Amino acid sequence: MITTQDLTKRFGHVEAVRDVSLDVREGDRYGLLGPNGSGKSTLVRMLLGLVYATSGSISILGEPVPRHVGRVLPEIGAVIEEPAAYPHLSGRANLRLLDAAGPGSGGGGRRTRRRRVDEALEQVGLAGIDRRPVRAYSLGMRQRLGLAAALVRRPRLLILDEPTNGLDPRGIRDIRDLLTGLNADGVTVFMSSHLLPEVSALCTRIGVLDSGKLVLQEQLASLQEPTGRVLISTDDPERAVATLDGLVERRDGADLVVRSADPAALNARLVAAGVPVRSLAVQRRSLEEIVLDVTGAGSDQFGVPA
Amino acid sequence: MIAVELFKLVRRLRTWISIGLICALPLVVAIFIAVTHLAPPPGQGSAFLSAVLDEGQLYPAAALALVLPVFLPVAVAVVAGDSIAGEASAGTLRYLLARPVGRTKLLVAKLVAVITFAVLAVVAVTVTSYATGVLILGPSRAAAVGTAPGGLAPGSIAPGAGGGPTAGLQPGAAITSLSGTPLTTLELIERVLGAMAFITVSMLGVAAIALFLSTLTDSAIGAALGSLAALVVSEILVTLNAATAVQPYLPTRYWLAWIDFFRDPILWRDIQRGFAIQAVYVVVFLAAAWANFATRDVTS
Repeated sequence: MITTQDLTKRFGHVEAVRDVSLDVREGDRYGLLGPNGSGKSTLVRMLLGLVYATSGSISILGEPVPRHVGRVLPEIGAVIEEPAAYPHLSGRANLRLLDAAGPGSGGGGRRTRRRRVDEALEQVGLAGIDRRPVRAYSLGMRQRLGLAAALVRRPRLLILDEPTNGLDPRGIRDIRDLLTGLNADGVTVFMSSHLLPEVSALCTRIGVLDSGKLVLQEQLASLQEPTGRVLISTDDPERAVATLDGLVERRDGADLVVRSADPAALNARLVAAGVPVRSLAVQRRSLEEIVLDVTGAGSDQFGVPA
Repeated sequence: MIAVELFKLVRRLRTWISIGLICALPLVVAIFIAVTHLAPPPGQGSAFLSAVLDEGQLYPAAALALVLPVFLPVAVAVVAGDSIAGEASAGTLRYLLARPVGRTKLLVAKLVAVITFAVLAVVAVTVTSYATGVLILGPSRAAAVGTAPGGLAPGSIAPGAGGGPTAGLQPGAAITSLSGTPLTTLELIERVLGAMAFITVSMLGVAAIALFLSTLTDSAIGAALGSLAALVVSEILVTLNAATAVQPYLPTRYWLAWIDFFRDPILWRDIQRGFAIQAVYVVVFLAAAWANFATRDVTS
């Protein structure tokens, strides 16, 4: 879907993006992570033909970008940083305007276009929207409107820069469900975010940018393979430690970290010894650990000890 | 895309407020002249203003002369300066380009919208000032100058009345050209239309400069002020003897040449030069705007 080869962008002396080789496959829910100022937005803008690369190449849907960006963009829906709209017009008028602005004036008759706009509004939970101007919208409504604008043309690929920014927990959940549903219908989702729980809940594949370099790109599932440790919570930690003898790596009150590749056997052993097990879980690395492992301090910090 | 830009233009309150203000200036001037009966003596003050007490139907020409030096270029510069920079600072530019709207196409649509605005403004001034001239200053009262000031009640103003700049002209009305020869109604219509076209074209130079600056910066006000600064420099140099060498190339040098439409016969020399110099400015600055906009990074 999206591949880049050694993509680099310099603004003056600042190298915003360095030798990035992205590989986003069809059907992916790809999460691009990275601290503030790591180059996420610049990278997204290059994909959309807004910013021109200093070197390297981009191919989207098999077409070279920016050379054939006009052929590619009609297949893409995008939210680029904050949503933006004409504040004096209503949400619906804004969508119609954007829809009419594209190539071939959107195609289809007036009624088709109207229906398309209504559908997009419905998808993002703005179906009952009135004639109020966008100026009077809350940030969450604007975010939803921005997403509706991305969906109007029924794209094959969504490129979303921080799509859940400014949404409340319910809004975040709504958007996640929407994106998962679209993805199930065959839409590839590429989103950038610094909200780890979001990406963790939604994405199947992640890339991590740090100071403009892509330091990690992998299926999330394989990054979160079991670590070979099991987390146990018990009312009788003493007896558990005695029973497991040597396998316990760490003890923190009633919680134990136990080295074991077979949680079922471990559980059987504890139960047999009469240890009341409250909970038992396979330990996996959290996304936070994964990301912090490979990134340095963000660009909004200075003088941080290395 | 052009339809989209025109929609944005007409749905914006600013468009109508600025056109309203442009139309209000000649109205205010007309009221003062009508009430006091003190028109500037011939050869002084704004063009045609000395004649309007005698001939209300000439007021559109006087009104255009009033708004030409400041009001009209300021409004055009604001609209043109906002065209790209305003979208950039509002964040809508990136969404338009990602739609996708080609950059060249967007620039052309913006230019068409700016030209439309200039035409709207010039037509609005002509129409409202014709109504003002006929209603406040009185139609063809050549024989009655200085009498019956009581009949000029400002309360009778009805802006927007009158279908067109010359809709109410009576055949045989004694309107004379600046050269003193009488003009027929048809001739007057032609000349007013000619003047309107010339003035609209005169605004295109400013528009092109503002549009170019609008592609350079994300500040709409910066682009508008920049182009106005260029105009002010030009207007000063036009009156400066020491700058004679560059005067023929200044964008405002032939701005007043439309007055020549009201001479008999029409003096085409400066009118043609005026059209030509505007064409040069438009071509040069549009090319610069295009070259810059088509290749720059959109980071707003």
